[in-house]
Amino acid sequence: MLNISGIHEGYVLDHIQAGMSMSIYKDLKLERLDCTVAIIKNAKSSKMGKKDIIKVECPIDALDLDILGFIDHNITVNIVKNDTIVEKKELHLPQQVVNVIKCKNPRCITSIEQELDQVFILTDEEKEIYRCKYCEEQQKKKIRIKR
Amino acid sequence: MRHLISPLDFSVDELDELLKLANDIEKNPKNYAHACDGLKLATCFYEPSTRTRLSFEAAMLNLGGSILGFSSADSSSAAKGESVSDTIRVISSYADICAIRHPKEGAALVASSKSGIPVINAGDGGHQHPTQTLTDLLTIYSLKNRLGNMTIGLCGDLKFGRTVHSLIHALIRYPGIKFVLISPEELRVPDYIREDVLKKNNIPFTELERLEDALPDLDILYMTRVQKERFFNEEDYVRMKDFYILTKEKLNLAKEDMLILHPLPRVNEISVEVDDDPRAVYFKQAQYGVYVRMALILTLLKWR
Repeated sequence: MLNISGIHEGYVLDHIQAGMSMSIYKDLKLERLDCTVAIIKNAKSSKMGKKDIIKVECPIDALDLDILGFIDHNITVNIVKNDTIVEKKELHLPQQVVNVIKCKNPRCITSIEQELDQVFILTDEEKEIYRCKYCEEQQKKKIRIKR
Repeated sequence: MRHLISPLDFSVDELDELLKLANDIEKNPKNYAHACDGLKLATCFYEPSTRTRLSFEAAMLNLGGSILGFSSADSSSAAKGESVSDTIRVISSYADICAIRHPKEGAALVASSKSGIPVINAGDGGHQHPTQTLTDLLTIYSLKNRLGNMTIGLCGDLKFGRTVHSLIHALIRYPGIKFVLISPEELRVPDYIREDVLKKNNIPFTELERLEDALPDLDILYMTRVQKERFFNEEDYVRMKDFYILTKEKLNLAKEDMLILHPLPRVNEISVEVDDDPRAVYFKQAQYGVYVRMALILTLLKWR
């Protein structure tokens, strides 16, 4: 059994689909944070068979977790303070995501306009459909996870 | 300050006011001949357009205002690589209101987010063309005295035709609307229009291939051109372009008071012999396009 020490303050992102942790590491821009990050891949899980886990030692306002709701709202977010889990955050589909996905429509203004944010708006919560703010091109959620 | 980027930017009540104003302009043009004295409309057209640009310019000139602008990307700073955001910031200091046409979808929305003056979307690629929708609504409203309780046939390119999509969006807000969608299999309305717009709002509609089957029931027939510029494949275009041609003979099947609308330009989908039929109102429709743009300019300037 691999042991990784607990954290004093920060996040434990649990129940990440196995193999997705590096992608989430990038999406959360963790490489920009000057803090301790532990990535555990293929951990045993009774619920999922195997899963990934990310532990981040950082101030609890340092991460934008909205994006996690977009990637996979089944991830469990544990918020840790003073070595104890103080909150389990429920993830929802964010109303909009900025600069997470890129519009694939070659006729969209985002393909040529300098430094224009890539903004996608949730237009159908049930079907998890996001549309580009500018051209309304449909984009399914980044990952569709079958559990 | 308000802009017009999508046909749904105005509520039904606001639209009602706008159409009434356009009707009053039509009846009493002299009352509005100096309504925009000293004001300037910038027409920023990044791609060629005849009627839309001239219609905007005629509208502003009819109101006593002045116009400035460009009619292709080559003659604008876009050729030097300037962004839409930068261009509109500069134009905001030259003019009081701006109409923008751009080949990229969403360009007008970007312009409105950085603009100091009201922005009118005069067409953004295959996406939206709200002033065409306003023109269509004014034509129907003026000639039928209502916008609800009618059966509307949309014929031709229902897949790529942005005017058709915008018109469907706009008309479902009125009661008693029924659609007959007439197109070849390959040019049917996109799924999201069928599922998310029509079915979701419980709007009755049928999809047909033959124009003759639809004609007897229609109050409005909205013809569209199969647009060459929306095809990636020349072969597909050639195969589709002559699928529907409205002739005098076919028109015998239609109601006496049915109206034929077309956003123009026409290629050959309406035979020239139909032009003299009193039901053919597409040239009148172009005139309504000027009235509705006059009303729009006045309304947006009032809301500044």
